[in-house]
Amino acid sequence: MTSEPLIKMPRRQLLQGIAAGAGGLMLSGCDALSESPSFRGLLKSAEPLNLGAQRLITDRVALAREFSAADMSPIFKPNGSQTGDTAEYKAHKAEGFANWRLKIDGMVANPLALSLTQLKAMPSREQITRHDCVEGWTAIGKWRGTPLGLLLKQAGLSAKARYLIFHCADKFGSVPYYESIDLIDGFHPQTILAWGMNGGPLPERHGAPLRLRVERQLGYKHAKFIMRIEAVSSLASFGQGKGGYWEDVADYQWYAGI
Amino acid sequence: MNPDEVSAPLQKPLIQAGDGVKRHRLSTRLWHWVNAGALLVLLMSGLMIFNAHPRLYWGQKGADTDKAWFIIGNDQGKGFVQIGAGKFNTDGVLGSYIGSDGTPKQHAFPYWATIPSGYDLSTARLWHFAFAWILSLALLFYIVRSLWNGHIIRDLHIKSAQWSPRHIWHDVKAHARLRFPAGDDALHYGILQKLSYIGVIFILTPLMIFTGLSMSPGMDAAWPWMVDLFGGRQSARSLHFIAASALLAFFLIHLAMVLLSGPYNQVRAMITGRYYVTGARRPDVSVAEDTL
Repeated sequence: MTSEPLIKMPRRQLLQGIAAGAGGLMLSGCDALSESPSFRGLLKSAEPLNLGAQRLITDRVALAREFSAADMSPIFKPNGSQTGDTAEYKAHKAEGFANWRLKIDGMVANPLALSLTQLKAMPSREQITRHDCVEGWTAIGKWRGTPLGLLLKQAGLSAKARYLIFHCADKFGSVPYYESIDLIDGFHPQTILAWGMNGGPLPERHGAPLRLRVERQLGYKHAKFIMRIEAVSSLASFGQGKGGYWEDVADYQWYAGI
Repeated sequence: MNPDEVSAPLQKPLIQAGDGVKRHRLSTRLWHWVNAGALLVLLMSGLMIFNAHPRLYWGQKGADTDKAWFIIGNDQGKGFVQIGAGKFNTDGVLGSYIGSDGTPKQHAFPYWATIPSGYDLSTARLWHFAFAWILSLALLFYIVRSLWNGHIIRDLHIKSAQWSPRHIWHDVKAHARLRFPAGDDALHYGILQKLSYIGVIFILTPLMIFTGLSMSPGMDAAWPWMVDLFGGRQSARSLHFIAASALLAFFLIHLAMVLLSGPYNQVRAMITGRYYVTGARRPDVSVAEDTL
């Protein structure tokens, strides 16, 4: 038996007081740290570490798992924007996207403007993949679309281009949605511009007429309602410069492979 | 006596009450506190991340309309926890609670359990992924160092006599009666201590790391065998939550044991490394130890 006396009540109350006080201090301390730009910067320094470590230890062209039709979610949860919001988008939607064109420009030799019919006439890829939302849920769906790498080659992507910006027709308040990926994901064989879903056309709630599938990253990278793809050398001059809507407004990770 | 040799077999004169002996190595103490801090931050930021989708599933997929085995939610504002078919009223704590500003909130875990205290998924992710590095690198450092300096073999390795049911039962009874080892027995880990430390270091914490990595779509593409090992991404997420609960249970019991066995001496020992031996040897507590 220990020779230490058993804890007496006043001491226990003192300890409880200390624990509650420390807990409160810790909570408000963590909130203060969360809002301190320098501490936030320190936390964010893990982000390039995550990207670097994953790229270091994994195969850059590794394919995401593809599933069978039996694995598909009975209901694929739509999330984020479920409608295109710009007047231009609404006009295209009214015409069944007959006059809609996907623009591919920026640092390319031959800017493209492709109709949905043209996109569908190109070689396409169908894949049943897992969609992982940053919130934690997972849905499995079937996507059909045009490989992005094919379009980038056709457009004659400049050797100086480093990122692809996806300009979208959905808005959060007055802020247009946009996203970006690098060329490793841009040329990945499973990175497609999907115009078909679960055997039918891509529904509006899932980003009609065209959405990105970038299978090794979380849902918010999969830009919906794509109007234009711009090849750039830097993300700095778009939005607030962090490479995407959620990255700008809430510090979500630009590299969403984690 | 030479304090560096306390973990050698009992060949020296018995240690007297009041002797200060070196009990914890610097590497152990460093890891202990770094790990404790990282675990607390990871737990609380993890609970915030869980709040973004407070449902758990088995298999690869799972979203709102799929069958969840675990849900924290609310029915018209009344908080509940649902595990399988069982539904428990947790109003005021889980699923629904009064926020720090005095207004009712409907998140799974309340503000006092999460980092940050308000609903903020992206900031919780920043905390979580930064401290996941600290936890993982600290564990790697500790395991390598402790293999190198013999700590694991000498102090954590369970000797064959300790596996005897009689010895285990003896240790269970001693814990239940809050009879903690004194004298030089307090310088060695008992069987229950060894089992729980081995469980935390070699099973639960690695399970946290690998189930966490299995939720990464980038890692899953590169190492599909890992997510398969856990039975799919949503199974990995469920196991991540279960292992975190087990670590929390360990933490609470560990804290209780420290508080009951002389908190000042114990905490001081984990800071300075020096433990002050209490009382004389009690033969009834150490009988099985003598056979080791």
